[in-house]
Amino acid sequence: MNEKVDILIVGAGQAGAQVAISLRQGGYLGSIMLVGDEKDAPYERPPLSKDYLSADKDRERLLLRKMDFWPSRNIDLWSNKRISAIDSDKQTATTTSGEVIQYQELIWAAGGNARKIPNQNELEGVHVIRTIEDVDCLRDELVDASSITIIGGGYIGLEAAAVLTKQNKKVTLIETQARVLERVAAAPISHFFQDEHAKNGVNILTNTSVAKIVHEDNKVSKVILDDGFEIETDIIIVGIGLLPNQKVIEDAGGRCGNGVIVDEFCRTSLPHIFAIGDCACHPNIYAQNQYLRIESVSNAIDQAKTVAGVILNDKKPYTALPWFWSNQYDLKLQTAGLNHGYDETVLRGKPQTRSFSLIYLRDGQVIAVDAVNSVKDFMAGKKLVENKICPDVQLLADTDIPLKSLL
Amino acid sequence: MPEIIVTTRENDEVNLEVEVGISVMENLRDGGVDEILAACGGCCSCATCHVYVDEELMELTGDISEDENDLLDFSDYRKKNSRLSCQINMSNELNGLRVTIAPEG
Repeated sequence: MNEKVDILIVGAGQAGAQVAISLRQGGYLGSIMLVGDEKDAPYERPPLSKDYLSADKDRERLLLRKMDFWPSRNIDLWSNKRISAIDSDKQTATTTSGEVIQYQELIWAAGGNARKIPNQNELEGVHVIRTIEDVDCLRDELVDASSITIIGGGYIGLEAAAVLTKQNKKVTLIETQARVLERVAAAPISHFFQDEHAKNGVNILTNTSVAKIVHEDNKVSKVILDDGFEIETDIIIVGIGLLPNQKVIEDAGGRCGNGVIVDEFCRTSLPHIFAIGDCACHPNIYAQNQYLRIESVSNAIDQAKTVAGVILNDKKPYTALPWFWSNQYDLKLQTAGLNHGYDETVLRGKPQTRSFSLIYLRDGQVIAVDAVNSVKDFMAGKKLVENKICPDVQLLADTDIPLKSLL
Repeated sequence: MPEIIVTTRENDEVNLEVEVGISVMENLRDGGVDEILAACGGCCSCATCHVYVDEELMELTGDISEDENDLLDFSDYRKKNSRLSCQINMSNELNGLRVTIAPEG
């Protein structure tokens, strides 16, 4: 079967959906096909480790648009299909089921897969949190589970720990580094979250890793750590990062590294192929043009808008300020900017009050803000970062002075 | 089914049949008002679902939390009838509510 489209979007997550929406919003009249390998229509992923895991938000409310939206905007949504090869000379993409799609422009928004532990697929009771299906499967097994082991102290692991300990599960979280969130935040933030989780009954073990998973009839029963410590467990949740989906682009001859390499317009090294979202390794002006991947909703949306702009002849480079949020218990963490290469941090407010922020500076300039239950500092922080402000650090730390006044 | 009357940024007026019990933001999104970005999905962490509501019905849209107030405070376009539409729960009393999408930023 052969298909011919103007715009082929591969990946029906936040980024892929947003390109299609933005193109139509901008008056684009050509044909658009949106191909996703999941059975669900485009949906939000952030609630998967929060309200959807806790069953406070139902499946339908995760959908980015109602089912009838896509045909109403003349966007041809193909679910359950995966692109397995691209020929960039012929401008064709082939699905695993053999359809060949001829495109004018291809947008690779294929995200990634949750990183797994060795032999994970052969074991029952080991889960990841990336798709609705992952969480449905996890939720089914949680009904009869009492002990949960979470591997990885990143956002997904911590958010899941918060949900599950509130459901009175016995939760142990294992982190190989000296502290949770080590990759993304400075020590005061890590220690604050560790304390909060400990108060809520989560047993956090740092500086250790899993040496062995014991199973009976392929069902996990116990985790043995590298120091010999044993934890009885009914379920293991693995939250150790994402592997960007780049192989098809690589096989087609596109430049890849940690993700698909793109320029400031999200163009890959292959003609007529863009890459956006979690899988796009791009130069970021908030990190001194270092090439990096950002796994966030804001990045997905803003890169989608960049590509839509290029196609609509309203070409502007990707320069949007990265921001991010995480909800755990009654704590709202909001991050503005990127803290890559920070050489100084300023603590603003007292963590004991459960409302404070941590400001990251590089050469005296504010480059990022982590705000905990402090929306004001988050919003002001965005402006400080965007405007490259180099404030007096004494003033930054003084909670009597609004951050806004330092602009 | 109750209705809301939406004025878009292009000044088009649309009547939307709405569902009670979910937020006004979700109703706008489901109703195809694509300029409502609602990046955070409705957890009051961004400010991309900013609207102006009928001043007479402002009280019926509920209280503004501290977080919502702080988010709105940083908008260049805040007015006294500004709300984040994700924080307004659609109810029968709000039937006929007029909602204007605020400019971006």
